[in-house]
Order: sequence, then C-alpha cells, then structure tokens
Amino acid sequence: MKAAPFEYVRPASLADALELLAEPGPETRIIAGGQSLVPMMAMRLARPGRLVDIAGLDALAGIGRGDGGIVVGAATVQAEAERSPLLAAEAPLLAAALPHVGHVQTRNRGTIGGSVAHCDPAAEILLAALAMRAEVELASVRGPRRLALRDFAVGAMMTAAEDDEMLVRVLLPARPAGLAIGAAVREVSARAGDFAVLAAAAEIGLDEDGVCRHLRLAVGGASPVPVTAEAAERALLGTRADTDAVREATRLVAPLLEPWDDQRASASYRRRVAPGLLARALETAAERARSPEE
Amino acid sequence: MPVPVTISVNGRAVSDTVEPRVTLVDFLRDRLGLTGTHVGCEQGVCGACSVLLDGVPVRSCLLFAVQAGNRSVTTVEGLDDAILLDAFEETHAMQCGYCTPGMLIAARGLLSDTPDPSEDDIREAISGTLCRCTGYVQIVEAIALAATRLRQDERHG
Repeated sequence: MKAAPFEYVRPASLADALELLAEPGPETRIIAGGQSLVPMMAMRLARPGRLVDIAGLDALAGIGRGDGGIVVGAATVQAEAERSPLLAAEAPLLAAALPHVGHVQTRNRGTIGGSVAHCDPAAEILLAALAMRAEVELASVRGPRRLALRDFAVGAMMTAAEDDEMLVRVLLPARPAGLAIGAAVREVSARAGDFAVLAAAAEIGLDEDGVCRHLRLAVGGASPVPVTAEAAERALLGTRADTDAVREATRLVAPLLEPWDDQRASASYRRRVAPGLLARALETAAERARSPEE
Repeated sequence: MPVPVTISVNGRAVSDTVEPRVTLVDFLRDRLGLTGTHVGCEQGVCGACSVLLDGVPVRSCLLFAVQAGNRSVTTVEGLDDAILLDAFEETHAMQCGYCTPGMLIAARGLLSDTPDPSEDDIREAISGTLCRCTGYVQIVEAIALAATRLRQDERHG
C-alpha cells in the first residue's frame, strides 16, 4: 500500500504547469487534493512518473460570477465550496451534493475540479454538474477550450482531456430568475459518506402558481457516466409535479441506465431502485421549493 | 529522488529531505517518531491517521509529505486540549485506542468551528473515522461533554 516512486513538481504558475504537461517524458498527472489519486497510487492502480501539484495556484481556486453564471476554479477545495454563500444561493444543486461527498477530512483536501476530472460514475459533484448542464474549460500550451461537461465525461474514469490538457474551470449556468428553486441529492450507500451505490440529483423551479417551469434531473452510479433524465424533465414541465406525475415520469430514466454488478449492488438492484430514488430526490427538491425558508 | 521539505509540526519547523512518495503519516511516524498518529488502511477509509493541516482535519495517508511543505500540521501529540482528553477518559470513549487519535483530531476540528454541536453534527464529524470496537456512543458522549465544558470555560475564563 505504498505509491511507486515518482517525481514531484510544484509549479509557480498555471503557465508553468501547462509547460510541464506538454513536455515529453514520464506520464505526468495533475494533483491538487489527491483524495482519489493518492489511494489509486497506493493501490498501484495509478503509477504516474511525475506529479504536478497545482494546489497552491491562486488562479485556479475560488468561486465567482462570470460567463452568465457561476465559475468554479478547478482547484477550489470542496469544504470551501460547501461554505460558499454564492454557491448556496446560485448553484443550489451543487451545494446540495457537497455534503454527500466523502467525509469532512476528504472534503478539506479534495477539489471540485479533481472530482470532475476523476470522472467516477457515482461521484456526486459530477452528477450535480451534469444535471446542471455545466461546461468545463480546459487549458494547454495550445490554448484554452471549452466544452459541455457531457462531452468531457466520456466514460467511467475517462475524460476527453488530451494528455497535455488540464481542467481549469467548471462553468455552471445561472439559476432561472423569478422561480422558487429547490434542489436535493439523495443516495443509496452502505453508510453515510461511503461511495454511493446510486445517487440522484434533482432541481426544480416553480412559478407563483406552483407550476414546474425548470427541471434538472440526473442519476449516477447506474451507467458509466451519470445520465440526465431529459424525458422525465420534459414530461413534468408545465405540471404541478404531484406525486403520481413524479413517480410516472421518473420511470422514464430506466431505459437510459446501463447498470452493472459489483460488490456493492447488483445490476438489477440498481435498475429497480434508480427511478424511485430520483423520484424521492425530486420530491425533496419540490418540498424545498414550496417552503424556501427551510 | 529525495526533495527538501519544511513543515511546521506541532509548532516546530521541521526541515528534512524526503522521497516524494512518502506519505505524511509515514513521515510523522518513521522520521519524526511521532507515533501518536496511527496508520490503518493507507487508502483514506479508516481515518485513524487524521491530523490537522492548517487547523482542519485531513487524512495524513492521503497526503504526501512534500504536499505539506510550508504548511502547519498538528498531530495528536500537539493537541494541547485537556478538556477534550479528560472528556474521553471520563466517558470511557476509548477501548483499544486504535481510532482515538483520529477521533480526537475530528473532535477538535468540529469544536473549532461548531462550539455547540448537535448530536447529528458530532456523528457527521466522526463519520469518516472508524472505531473497530464500535464504541461510538461513548465517543459521541465525550465530544458533547467536551463541548459543554469548553463553552463553560469560555464564559468563565
């Protein structure tokens, strides 16, 4: 349970970090919090020849407004995001996901971008950001590029980033104006904080008549990349999202799932439970939208 | 190849050279002889190796020592916290002692920003630290007792 030898570099700037990524030579991996990478290295599932530590680069940390929404620096620590009033107010679904991520000790080190780039099928941050239709910005010596998160997260633990590219920002769209918003994340796990067997994210926006005008629904842990339940969203827009409608609509996620058997749960368990879990997340979100003071 | 690193450990600056692959917990125990921090799973699951990094609890097996360069680490040896330690003793909040350093660090982290925690807050704060004797009830009691006494101490002190 010890990592193989590697070279460690702490660049002074993002430009220096990108130069290091572009150099030929040993397999180079970015490390920030290392809460997924270090255990993988300890188990020798990852064996990079060089680590480039971006944890101290101020240009990559912090949460602010920009690009018509909320911009989260890739190296923003999860615990900091959890305490952010801006994130709570403007990106409530991501804020609802954060308490489910690991434990206090890992959230004090782990970063938003690290979780997105790690691309675990059951990761709550990836789930919430996909549900929100986030975009990501990548950087390399060749220049920046921006793409939809769903095009970045191409498979389990696989992203569209080239070897010389790194994730620098996650861009979350602004919440819709004039609606009462509620958001919730629900998950199935052996104990609170354990890896999720299944996770569901829901954000709803109700107009003053209680009619659903905005919906963001996604399920993680039952497909290589969390799926957005677009058919269920369409089915519920314009309704009052009552219990029967929610139960019926969330079944529409089932055909999108590609579940598997592992030590935590069977494929058939995941397939049977996912729609109900999504329904519960949506019901909690709707309760929060209807009584926003809670 | 070993690289130089300077870490403030329990208020004392420590300079050494270290292989990048050496975790902070191995550095603390093997190089500095600070064996109060326990090493359990070495993959970030058990929480026994928790230390304070710049005042907040982190797992020292998920951190290479080089990553702690120019930062401040507090181990259980540096936890100058008689009220918390006494509360653990009085409520019998330790059996084999394997998890105790991690529990104390988790408790310190909680009480530093939540002086009046609910039972749920306490359970959440220690949820990342496994007690293999399953003596959680007494640990929760100990932290609640310490919180009460620290608040009284604050008022009278």
